[in-house]
Amino acid sequence: MNNAPASPPVGAAASVESRWASPEMRARIRRRYGAERRFKAVGLIAVLMSVGFLAFLLGTMAWSGLSGFSQTRVALPVDFRGSGLSIDASSMTKAEAMAALNQQGLGDLLQLSATSAYGAQGESYFGTAAKESAAAAIYDDPSMLQRQVELVLPATSPIDVAAKGEGDAASEAAVARLEAADKLSSGLDTTFLSSADATDPTVAGIWGALKGSLLTMLVTLALAFPVGVLAAVYLEEYAPKNRLTDIIEVSINNLAAVPSIIFGLLALALFINAFGLCQGSPLVGGLTLALMTMPVIVIAGRNAIKAVPPSIRDAALGVGASRVQVVFHHVLPLALPGILTGTIIGMARALGETAPLLLVGMRAFVGGTPDGLCSSATVLPMQIFLWSDEVDRGFVENTSTAIIVLLIVLLSMNAAAIILRNRFEKRW
Amino acid sequence: MSGLAIVLMLFGLGLIAWLSGRARAAQLERVTPAAAVRPHSRPQYHGWYVALWTILPALAFLSVWSALSPGLAVQAVLADPAAASLPDNEFVRSAIIGEARQLATGQIAQGFNPQSAALVEPFRTAISRYSTIGVVIALILAFAGAAWSFTRLKRDFRARTRVERVVMLLLLAASLVAILTTFGIVFSLLFESIRFFDRVPVTDFLFGTHWSPVSGNEDPDLFGAIPLFWGTILIGAVIAMIVAIPLGLMTAIYLTQYAPARVRSWLKPTIEVLAGVPTVVYGFFAALTVGPALRSLADALGIAGASSDSALAAGLVMGIMIIPLVSSMADDSIAAVPSAMRDGSLALGATPSETIRKVLIPAALPGVMGGVLLAVSRAVGETMIVVMAAGQSANLTGNPFSSVTTVTVQIVKLMTGDQEFESAKTLAAFALGLVLFIVTLMLNIVALRIVKRFRESYE
Repeated sequence: MNNAPASPPVGAAASVESRWASPEMRARIRRRYGAERRFKAVGLIAVLMSVGFLAFLLGTMAWSGLSGFSQTRVALPVDFRGSGLSIDASSMTKAEAMAALNQQGLGDLLQLSATSAYGAQGESYFGTAAKESAAAAIYDDPSMLQRQVELVLPATSPIDVAAKGEGDAASEAAVARLEAADKLSSGLDTTFLSSADATDPTVAGIWGALKGSLLTMLVTLALAFPVGVLAAVYLEEYAPKNRLTDIIEVSINNLAAVPSIIFGLLALALFINAFGLCQGSPLVGGLTLALMTMPVIVIAGRNAIKAVPPSIRDAALGVGASRVQVVFHHVLPLALPGILTGTIIGMARALGETAPLLLVGMRAFVGGTPDGLCSSATVLPMQIFLWSDEVDRGFVENTSTAIIVLLIVLLSMNAAAIILRNRFEKRW
Repeated sequence: MSGLAIVLMLFGLGLIAWLSGRARAAQLERVTPAAAVRPHSRPQYHGWYVALWTILPALAFLSVWSALSPGLAVQAVLADPAAASLPDNEFVRSAIIGEARQLATGQIAQGFNPQSAALVEPFRTAISRYSTIGVVIALILAFAGAAWSFTRLKRDFRARTRVERVVMLLLLAASLVAILTTFGIVFSLLFESIRFFDRVPVTDFLFGTHWSPVSGNEDPDLFGAIPLFWGTILIGAVIAMIVAIPLGLMTAIYLTQYAPARVRSWLKPTIEVLAGVPTVVYGFFAALTVGPALRSLADALGIAGASSDSALAAGLVMGIMIIPLVSSMADDSIAAVPSAMRDGSLALGATPSETIRKVLIPAALPGVMGGVLLAVSRAVGETMIVVMAAGQSANLTGNPFSSVTTVTVQIVKLMTGDQEFESAKTLAAFALGLVLFIVTLMLNIVALRIVKRFRESYE
């Protein structure tokens, strides 16, 4: 068809016939198709690079963090006979027994046994974690105080790091010796999830930070969810078109884009300096994050309410419902899955937030679990930040392990949001 | 009695009020013959009416009282004979009183100032006296409200209208929280910044090139913020965008124009995960992995002044974080271009890539630009990545391998050191916050306006 035009071309420009089979034309087509392939390849590379970054990021964290769930242990023969240690396991609680053992010189006994078993440097193999673990073992089986036993105790941070292959030369040599003597073992670190922050990386855990996060999120949810949903209902269903409504809309849209650290400055000036609320507590942290999360919930809520078809409202009004009844009996229940999806996503963002909490005093070292809304606390991302500043190699591993826990929590929240949306959201 | 217990008790009373109001209305409905006109409101609205009258006045009183009573308690303590020996110096006196309050409420166990110990007992009695007064008045209000509203219940009482009016007020109040927050931000930043600019002139702050605030020193020459602005621009607007714009744009193009629907439905959420990773994780990644790697790269290349907390490390990682934002904005803009333009170009014989480059991108450019501006605003306000990876020294340098500092890093640094609220050093953080707020606000307004105009042009 192309080679043989049916009618002679009209006009001067068309008088030169396109010869599609000519070498120039073919070369040009080839060039254009080559450009097409290259462009597509560049696009694919961009996508792969983005996904690759994500994989690399998650891989690095998993690689250096998963070992944090395991704990290096060293066997230690201890002769309790004549040590003078005694507890009354039937009447003492575990904490009391551990305190009593500490007072009676359990630590010294362990160090003594370590030196006699492994020479002068044996002292450096066992620290606080070993002492606590030994005390717990004695509490579980007090009869061992009458004989000689071999305890398997968690090693100190240098030994632990060296056993996982990143320690200094001296610790590496010690690990090699222990390994040759078959005294080294490893097991699941159960204390990491159940203990609070500590100065010794083998004892430090994330339970304190997790509980702080939980309390903070509780405050955030309790404030941001009702206020956000009510504001969304007002703006979408009742707000008259006037100046005030415009100002409300503009400020909500702007708040959603304000850098999070600005909320920290606001919270510092308002909640701590003006109202005198307890500094560094889940209460203040939760209030700060609630201010940040509220606009997210309002925007998600408005979209969900907007998606409910007007026929539902008309039908309800038609059978005599009042305007308030229409919304609270019909529109809100139908919009609820969408609102909840937005709320979960907003809460996930708040859970990962660190910057504003730095300013309201949640940066301090907290060695216990928070027991109330007004007690000093830290949150999970803050714990990651604090540990990342530590010099001890053991804390690098702790940081990565805490990151894994945080990412698992966040990913499951997002997955829950997606499931909620797919399962319950109606398409009208 | 603690505040939470009082509020819980009020809500318990509210529940009783709701139940009794509803029962009363049901009884009223029954006694008159069924043939009569039906009552205006269902019984539960009568219940709500009584419950609201029980809870709301008492709650309103309690919130006013909790703001007033600390001041009253301090006055009572000052009137106590134990307070006669307090020093005249206003500042010292308020410090002692504050400490005594913390001792009395159990926030601290040990006082710093010996005089505060003597005031603990008077403080404790004053606080407990005023809280008892508050609880009693709140209870009286609750019972009075309940009794009054209960007597108003009649068969034809329009309880629903009244309850709905309260609901509307509640909805309006919830919406006003957003305005209050905005005003709170603006006023707290402005107020503290003005106090800062009393000590350090605005021009010295905005145009000075030397930044090294020291406690107690209010020399304006130390508060020149240009190095911070430059560092922020270098990391957030230059390096991060060099990473995020090409990757984000090409990702959007590939996903919308080339990828099969199934692949797209998997890849898009995967890339969105990048936006969901907490910034503290990116910061740790930048500080632990990217920073040292770039430093050894710079050393291998022989670049002088390389630092392991370099602008490049923070900027690169920030760019990765921003990719999903740029990509989704570009995605939306390309999707908004009418398909007739694309189809026309393809029908004329242009290849897909020619269509994209010569037709779709020029047509979608305003939307993409809006997205880029939003991304810049996001990058400029980002804190954790730069705090952990970008260093603290205020250098005015163009070398991406050297260490620079940003506005957000300095805010954190100024606010987490020694906390004396009155010093110019602390107030400087609010001035920096004000600049950051204004810049991000402008970027957002301009970006949203561009995007809106772009959408309208194709409607």
